[in-house]
Amino acid sequence: MKRTFSKKMWRETGAGYLLMSPTLFVLLLFIVGPIVFAIFLAFHKVQMLGTTTFEFVGLDNFQRIVHDTRAKIAFWNTLKYVVIVVPCQTILALVLAATLNAGLKGQKFFRIVYFLPTLTSSAVLTLIFMWMYNQNGLINHVLKVLGLPTYNWIGDPDVALNAIMIMNIWSTAPYFMVIYLAALQDIPDSLYEAAELDGANVLQKFWYVTVPYLRPVTSFVVIMGLIGTFQLFDQSYIFSAGSGGPNNSTLTVVLLIYQYAFKTLGTMGYAAALAVVLAIIILIATLLQRKFSKEESLY
Amino acid sequence: MKKKIGIGKALLYVVLVAYAIITLIPFLWALSSSFKTLEEIVSGTISFIPKHFTLDNYKQIFIEQAMFPRWLLNSVIIAVTVTILNLLFNSMAGYALARLQFPGKKSLFIIILAVLMIPAQVTMIPNYLILKQLGWLNSYQGMIVPTMINATFIFMMRQFFINFPKELEEAAALDGLSRLGIFFRIVLPLARPALAAQAIFVFMGSWNDFMRPLIILSDPQLFTLPLGLNSFKGQYISYWNYIMAASMVFTLPVLVIYAFFNRYFIKGISFTGGK
Repeated sequence: MKRTFSKKMWRETGAGYLLMSPTLFVLLLFIVGPIVFAIFLAFHKVQMLGTTTFEFVGLDNFQRIVHDTRAKIAFWNTLKYVVIVVPCQTILALVLAATLNAGLKGQKFFRIVYFLPTLTSSAVLTLIFMWMYNQNGLINHVLKVLGLPTYNWIGDPDVALNAIMIMNIWSTAPYFMVIYLAALQDIPDSLYEAAELDGANVLQKFWYVTVPYLRPVTSFVVIMGLIGTFQLFDQSYIFSAGSGGPNNSTLTVVLLIYQYAFKTLGTMGYAAALAVVLAIIILIATLLQRKFSKEESLY
Repeated sequence: MKKKIGIGKALLYVVLVAYAIITLIPFLWALSSSFKTLEEIVSGTISFIPKHFTLDNYKQIFIEQAMFPRWLLNSVIIAVTVTILNLLFNSMAGYALARLQFPGKKSLFIIILAVLMIPAQVTMIPNYLILKQLGWLNSYQGMIVPTMINATFIFMMRQFFINFPKELEEAAALDGLSRLGIFFRIVLPLARPALAAQAIFVFMGSWNDFMRPLIILSDPQLFTLPLGLNSFKGQYISYWNYIMAASMVFTLPVLVIYAFFNRYFIKGISFTGGK
């Protein structure tokens, strides 16, 4: 440091670090520190009998994932969930936003109504849906009236995860709808007017003007959706009372991490390894999505 | 031409109304169930209007589970404290990153952006061990301190302060206010819209959080509402009238807040929506 700090610069630096100090404290102790700690744990066997001990085991925890049937099921369930929920909630959000943005009367009312699920806690929503999914519940009743087959939504391993998917598409789509709504306001009217001159109808305008214009927002919505869906936990936990049942059908990666970390003894290091793998998967999925949407926009 | 627009509009209304019904039905069903007797619940009859309208469920849940008021209190204490601290600390950090020049600022900003990408599950296990070491499991501070800042909102506040008119601060500096004085006396009071949006999201996030309390709190005395609700469901699994009444009681505070501040919600989302 050749340059001598002037008095003013010192003061500014002091003020800067003073304002940053609470953030620095939490960042170091509860975020950055733990990330390093998590990677450390992933290579160790953790015993928590009385005192906590760490035994270095190399890559054992990671190799174990490959041979763990429940881990395979959890990753498969989570993947299925992500692949179905992300496109559904994104499309639903876009359609709802476009409909709301059409300038009809009462759109404010509809917007307030649509937003309700976003406000309600996952615990409350899951309980409400479990009650509706009851064997003699509202949903089966409606299906019966419509002449459709009814299901044992909560107890049948073949449908339990679908039940959670439906619930979560319903509850997260409105959040992304609001993001789309904000972006829709920015589309210049001249684009639509030009399309009208070319004889485009409502659907064509939506497809050739709205959708391409919103591509960067869609990219954001998909990334947020990916991050959120990969982390499914609350609903699975409440649905299955923490077990991931029936027959592991609602077992997600995060639920499995929770079980290994806090419900079985001596598997905390393994749970940390699973968490690290999940983080890497989320990162890769995010990067892939970014790459794809960039390439698309070249056309 | 005119007729065509009419049909299109009607169709849009059909879509809007249909989806409004889909959104409202679960809430209405829960609300109506909360006023039904247990007999009607187990009989499996489907009606949105209770046969024997009763308020008993709302009374009974507080008798059956004496801890409900305590859970409510825990949730309020934690959510309110977390919200106040977040507003203060995120704004302080956002302002420092937007306006002050100090060594290490760039790297700090990059670290905060990177943290946004890290899923909470990675830090969850080490967080538990650290809190255990500190003796903060089963405590308010264990719930509050790790969540008293938020990278998303630090970023949001930084964006807000960057667009903030510099002239005001310069005038205050001429009047002899220090940097900190300018921040607390001039800048913070003028940041109210951004703070309101942030307050709602932080409050909701804390109020509705399920995983952190599940891991940190094992003493029923310290449960928050979502956790308490889940344990209540475990005990009264077929008493859906109770469970729905409890669910309604605990959704109400957020709905009231929403009713008052709903315009800030929309603003807040477009703030966080990558703008």
